[in-house]
Amino acid sequence: MDLVTPSIGLIFWTGISFICLLILLRKFAWKPILGAIHEREQSIDEALNKAELAKQEMARLTSQNQDLMQQARAERDEILKEAKTLKDGILNEAKKQAQVEGAKLIEKAKIEIENQKKAALAEVKDQVSSLSLEIAERVLRTQLDDKAKQETLVANLLKDVELN
Amino acid sequence: MDCNQVFVSKVKRLIVVFTLLIAFLSIKIDTFAQVDSAVVPVDSLVAGSAEAVSGEHGAAKHGEEKFEPTKVIMEHIADSHMWHLWGHTSLPLPVILYTANGLEVFSSGHFHHGEHDYNGKYNNYRLEEDHIKVVGADGKIDEEASKSILDFSITKNVAAMFLAILIILIVFISVANAYKKRVGKAPKGLQSFIEPIIVFVRDDIAKPNIGHKYAKFMPYLLTVFFFIWFNNLLGLVPVFGANVTGNIALTFVMALGTMIIVNINGNKYYWKHIFRPDVPWWLYPIMIPVELIGIISKPFALMIRLFANITAGHIIVLSLISLIFIFETLAIAPVSVAFVLFMDVLELLVAFLQAFIFTLLTALFIGMAVEEHH
Repeated sequence: MDLVTPSIGLIFWTGISFICLLILLRKFAWKPILGAIHEREQSIDEALNKAELAKQEMARLTSQNQDLMQQARAERDEILKEAKTLKDGILNEAKKQAQVEGAKLIEKAKIEIENQKKAALAEVKDQVSSLSLEIAERVLRTQLDDKAKQETLVANLLKDVELN
Repeated sequence: MDCNQVFVSKVKRLIVVFTLLIAFLSIKIDTFAQVDSAVVPVDSLVAGSAEAVSGEHGAAKHGEEKFEPTKVIMEHIADSHMWHLWGHTSLPLPVILYTANGLEVFSSGHFHHGEHDYNGKYNNYRLEEDHIKVVGADGKIDEEASKSILDFSITKNVAAMFLAILIILIVFISVANAYKKRVGKAPKGLQSFIEPIIVFVRDDIAKPNIGHKYAKFMPYLLTVFFFIWFNNLLGLVPVFGANVTGNIALTFVMALGTMIIVNINGNKYYWKHIFRPDVPWWLYPIMIPVELIGIISKPFALMIRLFANITAGHIIVLSLISLIFIFETLAIAPVSVAFVLFMDVLELLVAFLQAFIFTLLTALFIGMAVEEHH
């Protein structure tokens, strides 16, 4: 029975010393220790968070770079395309103009040729008529020497007139 | 548990060291005991017809001293006014008595192991079975007067507890200083041994059981844990070994502390659960007394559990050692030592386990008291 009967002395001393221990440890041990552990945990957490943020930032920067590259590439393509269309445009324009110019020249040349031809024809006609007149004069001179022949000629001429 | 790995390896190292220590000391005790029993007959022969001077032999008959294991074990388990170290060497401890007339302070050495009475300022005192009794004028024990005095002596358990407290203070204040010195750095040395245990108490005992309000109770939980653990471990050290945590007075105070903490912090839900439980009203006459008993029985179980576990461990170890003396042969010694070794290692586990269970249940009860119901 002695074993399970708490003695007043031990209860008293245990009570006093446990409370003292609790107070002393709380002030001098648990507060600094728990505080330090907590602080360290927080700083570790913070560091991890920061690392995570840095990683995200990196990813963001990388993607931004990629975007920029893509944009630049697109711009380059755009510029090239524009240049090409411009070139094509100029080329076409030039071709068209050349054609028009050529057509005009041909037209002019044709008109000139026509004019020249007409002039030449007129000249030929003149020459032919003068030649034929000369020929006719000469023929007539020779023919009209003979009276009979003059008369047949006039008759033929008259026949022609009558026919007309 | 993140710290599990570190913790286990540390504990393993500690167990090895302690095992070696205990093995060494077990052998030491063994040889002492051997010498002791060998010396006794010679001693009494030399002493002849005169009464042996030594107190342990005063009551004994001539010749062979009868070995009574129960008496020896109970003496080791119980509290004492002297710190028995080895053989016939004891450390006298101060006796403090509160009598109706005032305080009485003297050394327990005056009793000479109970052989002599001590004439105090107010009464004569006699040490009987390690209890201080008042001796009446007729030379007999005055039971009435004995009941009126209160014994506040620094007994063996109190002294051992003071020593444990001193060790705890030294350890934890030095660890706290290490934290102050090495701000934000990784723990080192003793710090790295203590930190996982503190984190273990916080993350595996306080947080899961109490919830977000755990911070307020951390000092109490940590103090309880380390107080019980250190006392348990010191109780296992031979020669030093006082059965501090195996004393019901100490476990009573610890359980009382838990009961007070739990009930002071009990919120309205806790009290509603006790006085207006969710049962039909006609069950109240049964439920309310049951709940009220529950307030007492929870810490009561804590008290008994710790006391019984530690005392049982001590009894087993002492019984195994006693086997050598019961059989009166050295041949049994190796078996005995082997078993004691095994038990001591087991007790190391129990020392931690009981501290853990006490703290865990305290946290659980606090958690039940502060839990919010929505």
